[in-house]
Amino acid sequence: MKNDVLIIGAGGAGLVAAIHAHNSGAKVLVITKEYPTRSQTSMAQGGINAALGNAGDDSVEAHVQNTLKSAHGIANEEAVRLLCESAPEAVEWLDSIGVCFSRTKDAKIAQRTLGGASAPRACYAQDYTGLKILHTLYDRCLSLGIEILNEKYLLDYIIQDGCACGAIVLDIRTGEVETYESASVIIATGGYSRIYDKHSTNSSSTTGDGIACAIRAGARVSDMEFVQFHPTALKSSSVLISESARGAGGYLLNSKGERFTNELAPRDEVARAINDEMQRGENIFLDIRHLGEKFIDEELPQERKLAKLYENVDPAYDLIPIKPVAHYTMGGIEVDDKSCTIVKGLYAVGECANHRVHGANRLGGNSLLELVVFGKQVAENAVEYAKNFNKTIDDSVQLQDDKDFISKVKAFSNEIDFYKIREELGDMFYTNVGISRDKKSLKSSLVRVKELLSKIHLMGVSDNSKVYNTNLIEFLEFKNMLELSRLVLKGAITRDESRGAHFRADFPNEDEKFKMHTIVDKNGVVS
Amino acid sequence: MKIKIQRESLVEYEVETQDSTLLHVLQTIKTTQDATLTYASGCKSSICGSCAMRVNGTEVLACAYKVQDGDLIEPLKNSPVIRDLVVDMDKAYSFNAKAKAWQNSLSPSTNLTQENEKINEIQSDCILCGSCYSACPVYAVNEEFIGPFSLTRVWRYVSDVREKDSSQKIETIQTNGIWDCTLCNECTLVCPQDISSKADIEKLRSKSAMSGYSDPNFASSFGGGFGGSSFDGSPSF
Repeated sequence: MKNDVLIIGAGGAGLVAAIHAHNSGAKVLVITKEYPTRSQTSMAQGGINAALGNAGDDSVEAHVQNTLKSAHGIANEEAVRLLCESAPEAVEWLDSIGVCFSRTKDAKIAQRTLGGASAPRACYAQDYTGLKILHTLYDRCLSLGIEILNEKYLLDYIIQDGCACGAIVLDIRTGEVETYESASVIIATGGYSRIYDKHSTNSSSTTGDGIACAIRAGARVSDMEFVQFHPTALKSSSVLISESARGAGGYLLNSKGERFTNELAPRDEVARAINDEMQRGENIFLDIRHLGEKFIDEELPQERKLAKLYENVDPAYDLIPIKPVAHYTMGGIEVDDKSCTIVKGLYAVGECANHRVHGANRLGGNSLLELVVFGKQVAENAVEYAKNFNKTIDDSVQLQDDKDFISKVKAFSNEIDFYKIREELGDMFYTNVGISRDKKSLKSSLVRVKELLSKIHLMGVSDNSKVYNTNLIEFLEFKNMLELSRLVLKGAITRDESRGAHFRADFPNEDEKFKMHTIVDKNGVVS
Repeated sequence: MKIKIQRESLVEYEVETQDSTLLHVLQTIKTTQDATLTYASGCKSSICGSCAMRVNGTEVLACAYKVQDGDLIEPLKNSPVIRDLVVDMDKAYSFNAKAKAWQNSLSPSTNLTQENEKINEIQSDCILCGSCYSACPVYAVNEEFIGPFSLTRVWRYVSDVREKDSSQKIETIQTNGIWDCTLCNECTLVCPQDISSKADIEKLRSKSAMSGYSDPNFASSFGGGFGGSSFDGSPSF
């Protein structure tokens, strides 16, 4: 039987949408290429912003102003206001379903300061905030009997007469191509930071599949050039060390043991300051020793564990070697104030979408918030739309196309090893499309990406198994990332200015004429 | 160094590495030697729970284990192997729903104290990696046993002061649940998050006893051996 709402992706955004769509009376199906609790959301550490004022004076207006300032002029104020005004209710809802937030002495939800915030605003659960929110959302879905299908990889949305009405997926376990029909589709597939390969804090699954499919389906993406570099990833592994370490009073030091920047500035500024030091040959360290072992164990237990495990240092006694790496992608699928794309019935939410709340640089603590606020909103809109859906869906042609596509990919010549190219792409992006960019290196990168796209048929897979073929999945993911790389570069080349996370060494200042969004569809830059 | 990986047959790989995580070694093998090698992975930082497997018989997260020469790598036990090191976790996950491991009803504006919050802080660190189901000797012989992570999750909600009515959860875990556990502690030893499902099961037993439930094994052996209808039907004590 056809579903009312099909949700692709079972991270925080997808599960929030599923819960609210279900509660609105819709028949919901969630599909994920992993298992829900394995999603990127589990890796969020620092917190979720809401101006509750539990740990110091705060106001919704201050939250709005901090967010707008960090966004450098290209956030939509109306969307930001909705985000910040809905925040207390969003956190209250999470609390009501059982999220284990840390508490203050007077039995309120504890809050701490993250970068760019004028008050302690991030509600947290030690440094496992994302994990505990994600798992509680998952438990809530189970309690409602929401159907979730694991390990199915998105190939394309079903588009009929300009409307989205389902998705075609590859069942990873069986290797079969399947279709799932629905009146509306919500994309909740996450960002594209893994273009940067090993230079990213993200899960190896953060490959932007849903965005690449949206482009192919005729939707638009925007602001793809805005990629956030998290200032503090472990130097040798790119594993994330939460901003809350600096929020609690941690210092950034260079090789001489000197502080060189305001540790609690927004991430774009801190990442650039670190990058400048590194260009001068300095090694950079995060120092939280002075916070004391007891505080670290209570508030930052995961950070200590990760630093010991992946960097062989104990933050209670040692400096932590760090570097900035790709962490969050502000750009994504262009949506309107109903979270809908220009393709009817095709909605998007979470990191894959661009709700224009982060602008040129996201504030820590606003992404978990975004998925709760817009997860609810997208669900209501998708359900409303689905009520009037009365098409007979015929996906036979698209199904055959995707089956043919998989056969074709498996027959690609595999003369060029895509794993090597994937690594090369990541290195090239980190160097040329990283914290500091310039036109020459961006253009040479675009030439290389176009060349790689033209040679995709010379790459391919060496594993021909139908069952659980991760070689094939990784190739399909790589192909999506390569397609998105082109769009990131187009945006970065067009934007001859510096704004937020997009820093151009050849145009180091903000330029009023670029105070706009870069909108791209499959044919190129739209505006 | 050489490691052996249990695939359809045991396959030996030689890798040049030092101080590398097992996940890194598996990725190196897949991307440079043998693209057919199959494993699950995600966050590479011990939080997504994708890459649990066994090394020399003990459950580990591949991303958190440093490889040693001669290591034998195998998939988790007690869940069907789909391919190589990937197992199907659907059955183990289904126990969370079976055990009703969620908050029964919404609980708006409850004030939790720091003490309230600490009660289930560690239980809510669970990443559902499945190591405990692999190590559990009870689940190995009883596939309907509501195993370690689900029972921990039940305790996580039962112990939460926001849970107003845990009676259904307590009822559900009486059969194929808390009383079937042998308290062997294998689950605790392999948990990458330092959670003790064994301890949580003991707490659930106490809670059950307070709710009027008792150990059916104890009751039946006691009842069958001493009292019961084989004599005159009246209790013999």
